[in-house]
Amino acid sequence: MKLHEYQAKELLASYGVPVPPGKIARTPEEAKAIANEYNALTVIKAQVHVGGRGKAGGVKLAKDANDAFEKAQAILGMDIKGLTVKKVLVAKAVDIAKEYYCGLIHDRNVQSFTLMVSKEGGVDIEEVAATNPEAITRFAIDPIKGLRAFEARQIALDAGLEGNLNKIAAMMVGLWNACAGSDATLAEINPLVITTTGEVIAADAKIDIDDNAMSRHPDLEAYREVEAEHPLEVEAKAFGFSYVKLDGHIGVIGNGAGLVMTSLDVVSRVGGKAANFLDIGGGAKAEIVYNAVKLVCKDPDVKGILINIFGGITRADEVAKGVIRALEEGILNKPLAMRVAGTAVAEANELLKDKPINIYPTMMEAATAVVKEASA
Amino acid sequence: MSILINKSTKVLVQGITGREGAYHAEKMLEYGTQVVAGSTPGKGGQTFSALGKSIPVYNSVREAKEAHPDLDASIIFVPPAAAADATLEAAHAGIPLVVNIAEGMPVFDMMKVVKEIKNMGGVRLIGGNCPGLITPGECKLGIMPASTFKAGRVGMISRSGTLTYEASAMLAAADIGCSTVVGIGGDPIIGTTFIDLLPMFNDDPDTDAVVMIGEIGGADEEQAAEWIAKHMKKPVISFISGRTAPKGKRMGHAGALIMGNVGTAESKLEAMAKANVPVADTMDQIVTLTKKALGI
Repeated sequence: MKLHEYQAKELLASYGVPVPPGKIARTPEEAKAIANEYNALTVIKAQVHVGGRGKAGGVKLAKDANDAFEKAQAILGMDIKGLTVKKVLVAKAVDIAKEYYCGLIHDRNVQSFTLMVSKEGGVDIEEVAATNPEAITRFAIDPIKGLRAFEARQIALDAGLEGNLNKIAAMMVGLWNACAGSDATLAEINPLVITTTGEVIAADAKIDIDDNAMSRHPDLEAYREVEAEHPLEVEAKAFGFSYVKLDGHIGVIGNGAGLVMTSLDVVSRVGGKAANFLDIGGGAKAEIVYNAVKLVCKDPDVKGILINIFGGITRADEVAKGVIRALEEGILNKPLAMRVAGTAVAEANELLKDKPINIYPTMMEAATAVVKEASA
Repeated sequence: MSILINKSTKVLVQGITGREGAYHAEKMLEYGTQVVAGSTPGKGGQTFSALGKSIPVYNSVREAKEAHPDLDASIIFVPPAAAADATLEAAHAGIPLVVNIAEGMPVFDMMKVVKEIKNMGGVRLIGGNCPGLITPGECKLGIMPASTFKAGRVGMISRSGTLTYEASAMLAAADIGCSTVVGIGGDPIIGTTFIDLLPMFNDDPDTDAVVMIGEIGGADEEQAAEWIAKHMKKPVISFISGRTAPKGKRMGHAGALIMGNVGTAESKLEAMAKANVPVADTMDQIVTLTKKALGI
């Protein structure tokens, strides 16, 4: 789950990381009132779950309360990479002397978090990594011990950061504590600002939380924004499906992430493009399959459906029953090609033999047929 | 012969009194796996009965290990939130092979578990989020459907459960069997990966070739390709799933995610080509390429 900047900053502040004072505004009037209260230069920042807000015009300086009103009016309702801005953060501007980068990322190569620190702050770190990798100092954190202050000070020195070493290290340790304490998969401060008066402050932050760990962070559940997700993805989650909306026209349903991914590849190989990824999971019963078909049929982008099942724990006859129910209830109203194999395939074929459902022996043949039908 | 497990492997089932644990304990027994003990906290002293066998249940893995010092392996059936604890319990009780099938474990839990097990030494963890492993005809230590596996001389390592079943069934239909099949799991951080298993298959006198089923995300396939180029004496056939998956979207498996330029199919295909490892473009090509590698 992605947090907004203001949410990430709230979380960091609760771990003792200094952040600029700021509040959320949903209207220009609210923005004006906040700026009035601060009676200082403010930054108005769009709160949307995409990068590159600044370049898109979603971040503006405001010199006074009236200016804050105008800037907020310009940003609220703005479309940034397909997302509408519904709220802005009005934060007190900081006097920047230096801008650094400090981030924690999941790193499979070290099977832990890697702390990345760079003097090149305030810009896209992926770009720095691509164009000037030497500008990033990396440190693999021992996940059991965590990040200690002496390690953080050394990394700051190695990266050539200038400023109060203890304060910089304290911010890094605070970032680690927030990351570990909230099961983040990504936690970054960018820029980590050294102010003209020597203060160390997190001027912007990005945190993603591990969805698998949400059950032990009920407090963070309040940060979830359902509207940030595709409506079909929200519905799929309620059914317990692993579903990803894609931009093609063939609905794909299968069992097992690997098999569904391979089905997408096969659809593409025969000239089509998948409209979604849907894994019904292991051991699915007819009801689940019925719901999966129903969900995929709701997607107006879908012009044909491929169902690819290799029965292991999942029984092919249960899959067949689910599909037949969807057909008989008139829900299944799009061309369908099915491939079933494995456990209980004979029973499945028996159930399906008198039905107007096309069964193919291989996923390649099924995909070819449905792609052809969908484009007809 | 085979790797990791065989007909004499003595197995503990953690969570044997639960629905999943009981179901799969019976399925493993049916296959011939020597399930000799079970454990569930608070259920010590009970007996698990299936197929005419009575299997003692202990309160802890330590108690089970004390009563059955010859335990070789444990398989864990507990909810994902409890899986890290159960894995460490097995490791600290001295079980040398631990299989964790749990899907949906917090990644930070797994980081700590993997690190602790590495620090301890002497314990091999398979998974999480995996179907387990099987030496066909001898021992099934997992949740895979038994019928798709045939005994033979091809090793298999896979990040995907269903694709493992699919590939094994296709090979079996072509009369090619497997020595040992290991599902290593679809999570970003797993206990055992390709480069841990390739050396074992390389040294196993009863394995002639290895099928490696990878997918997008991470760089395990690239590392494996490098190892193969340097050390592998036997042919390896690979398959990469998720070639058309978009960047930045998790494709079912928590680990199947392209981040920036890391984890792309292109990078994996390139690494395989560099190591002279043939890549099957479709699943059925796995069979063709395996036949070719074996000279049949």
